Amino acid sequence: MTSSDTAAAGPHGNVHHRGGISRRGFLGVAGAGALAAGAGLGLSACASGSTPAAASAAAAEAFAFHGPNQAGITTPAQDRLHFAAFDLTTTSRAELVDLLKQWTAAAARMTAGDGAGEYGPVGGLYDAPPDDTGEALGLPPSGLTITFGFGPSLFGSASGTDRFGLAARRPARLVDLPHFPGDALEPARSNGDICVQACANDPQVAVHAVRNLARIAFGVATVRWSQLGFGRTSSTSTAQDTPRNLMGFKDGTANLKAEDTAAIDEHVWVAAGDDPAAEWMTGGSYLVARRINMHIETWDRSSLREQEAIIGRDKGEGAPLSGGTEFTELDLDAEGSRGPLIPVDAHVRLAHPSENGGAAMLRRGYNFADGSTDLGRLDAGLFFLAYVRDPRTQYVPLQNKLARDDALSEYLRHTGSAIFAVPPGVTDASGFVGETLFA
Amino acid sequence: MNVRRRLIFLGAAGLLTAAVGACTDNSSSDASASTDPNHLSVSSTADACDVSAETAPSGNLIFSVKNAGDEVTEFYLLGSDGVRIVGEVENIGPGLQRDLVVRAEPGEYVTACKPGMKGDGIRGALTVTDSGSGSATSDDMTELEAAATTQYKAYVQQQAATLLTGTKAFADAYRNGQDDQARDLYASTRTYWESIEPVAESFGDLDPRLDLREADLEEGQEWTGWHRIEKDLWPPAEGATPATPEQRQQYADQLVADTQELVDRINQLELSADQMGNGAKELLDEVATGKVTGEEEAWSHTDLWDFQANVDGARIAYQALRPIVVVKDPALATTLDERFAAIQTELDKYRAGDGFVLYTNLTPAQVRELSDAVSALGEPLSNLTATVVL
Repeated sequence: MTSSDTAAAGPHGNVHHRGGISRRGFLGVAGAGALAAGAGLGLSACASGSTPAAASAAAAEAFAFHGPNQAGITTPAQDRLHFAAFDLTTTSRAELVDLLKQWTAAAARMTAGDGAGEYGPVGGLYDAPPDDTGEALGLPPSGLTITFGFGPSLFGSASGTDRFGLAARRPARLVDLPHFPGDALEPARSNGDICVQACANDPQVAVHAVRNLARIAFGVATVRWSQLGFGRTSSTSTAQDTPRNLMGFKDGTANLKAEDTAAIDEHVWVAAGDDPAAEWMTGGSYLVARRINMHIETWDRSSLREQEAIIGRDKGEGAPLSGGTEFTELDLDAEGSRGPLIPVDAHVRLAHPSENGGAAMLRRGYNFADGSTDLGRLDAGLFFLAYVRDPRTQYVPLQNKLARDDALSEYLRHTGSAIFAVPPGVTDASGFVGETLFA
Repeated sequence: MNVRRRLIFLGAAGLLTAAVGACTDNSSSDASASTDPNHLSVSSTADACDVSAETAPSGNLIFSVKNAGDEVTEFYLLGSDGVRIVGEVENIGPGLQRDLVVRAEPGEYVTACKPGMKGDGIRGALTVTDSGSGSATSDDMTELEAAATTQYKAYVQQQAATLLTGTKAFADAYRNGQDDQARDLYASTRTYWESIEPVAESFGDLDPRLDLREADLEEGQEWTGWHRIEKDLWPPAEGATPATPEQRQQYADQLVADTQELVDRINQLELSADQMGNGAKELLDEVATGKVTGEEEAWSHTDLWDFQANVDGARIAYQALRPIVVVKDPALATTLDERFAAIQTELDKYRAGDGFVLYTNLTPAQVRELSDAVSALGEPLSNLTATVVL
């Protein structure tokens, strides 16, 4: 295929179906109505995922790949994640651009429920390997979004090598994250030239996306690390229930929500003029990814009193300890008989925007459990993903404070870390992700 | 150590008589749907304290207290004199629900809600009938708790005093460049710190100064304390700059001064039974997350000394509380006795001379055995506090 293939072709475009089986076909027959309804009502996967009708709606749900911002940021958080960081093996700018074009085309196809390539898993030359790996055959779009970002190393290495002539275009906001107290980062789980965040309501669809993008990249880029997430820990829409993290607490209650467009504009999207040297980021955002292992076993041995005091919310409802229900605003001044009802080192207090100069972030994290460690403990925790307009003010100071003072940090261990500049969306069918950077 | 402060340790102070919330999920503890006579519901408002029953059978009683008012409230179960506190749950924010679990013997009781946390509260009567269980008497327990805290406090003070003496000798050796002697003293002196670590950690500012690991530093933060000196005494093969004589002087002086302050503060400290229970649990947490993984002593690899000291500190706290546990939950006492012995058997395998083999000499399988022993002890030990205060 060529990178100029149109990604937004009509329902059947120029895809050749030898066997008459296609993911799009499934959607066309069974899912189109549900798709429209789902989009219109803002249906979420989790809100009512227990009913078969809602489950099929979540499966059929599809999000547009094209738009002024990339999908997968304010999109209502899907249930599953496969996140991959790639390192480029090429030093050719032309090959990098061509990869981005090919990825754009494949991503647009897959988010619409089609195969990664133009022929699909069971089409094309009989003596050629299929251009889609096939495990998503028969599966609906499942709310798949694919979001791309560029790491600091793309803009030049520590040794001063500027492989792609991009050093001058590195945004000032794309900082190298400092060492935070308690960091136990593993290089093999950190950093990367380019990231791909694939979210879907079906894990097979998310894995399929990363697998096919990795396949396209062979010879140009190679996977540095990847992470699966099995359950969302944040709601990014008011239509979604708040899920629980592996500590058993609701997580993301106070998250920025897509419906609050003023707050999203203020805290998430890069605006024109934000960084004169990196105007190409206008309409983009910055992504901080942290693999946060939890000391699950010792957490489970802590009393309910301690757990609630550490978080600052009640475990059952997620209400702040100052009272009310889940969405009641924290009353940080409310006094109990032994000091503030929300303790001075409670997580919700230290993380609250009012305690951080108004800094807020759009969190989009996932629970993960990557089996067990050598000691037989769960290798599990939160794969933290947050989108911000400026990591220097919205993430770095906050994480320094949390790592130092948050009672919760006792039970956490950050084992992976990365930051990416997520460029604006692809607005038309002939464009490609990151085009403004190479313009 | 951990970079984070354990305010919890202090935060629970004075809760000697308070029951710890049971492990009941709030959403499933709705007493209105319960037909269990031991499970009562309480609704606290500005002018009412509605208890779902006027009688209950003796034994463990659960009061699911819902604050239906607009002010922070408390709920008390008092003796028939209306003064003696049998159990309390405090700081319930408006709209929240929390459980109080108490062991009640037959008799007359007074219930009280305190909306606004003031005054005598809105009172009512509760009769506990004899069901044949719930005979532990709180009078006995008060005496046992007092004996336990006195005994444990003496231990903590004695450990702190020995720590100070040892720290001075260690600091002298390091200051004077007697590195072999300093290395000899390092692990054995630190055991006095490790055995009382949760107490030390409750002083949020002292702990980072004394025991911060390099990875726990914020960018630009000054590094002092035991591990700063540890790295200087066991420098990595590459990339370490030896401390100057002036720096040695500074690190050594600071270590002694901070330890002196620790001793002074410990001598002022009041301890309660629940703090002892939580402290024992935290000591095992420390072993699980820092020592058995070899992260605490990244340069000297003397983690097993710390391991033993943490276990010793937990065992001393447990043994002080054991007379209470034997009455309230004999099976837990048996389990803890067995598992303290089992972990000691494991540790004894690695004794060498006056101390232990280095962590780096352990095989992965040996680390796994030690870790399993820690988990086996840590899990029942985490029930010590609740057992003692119930």
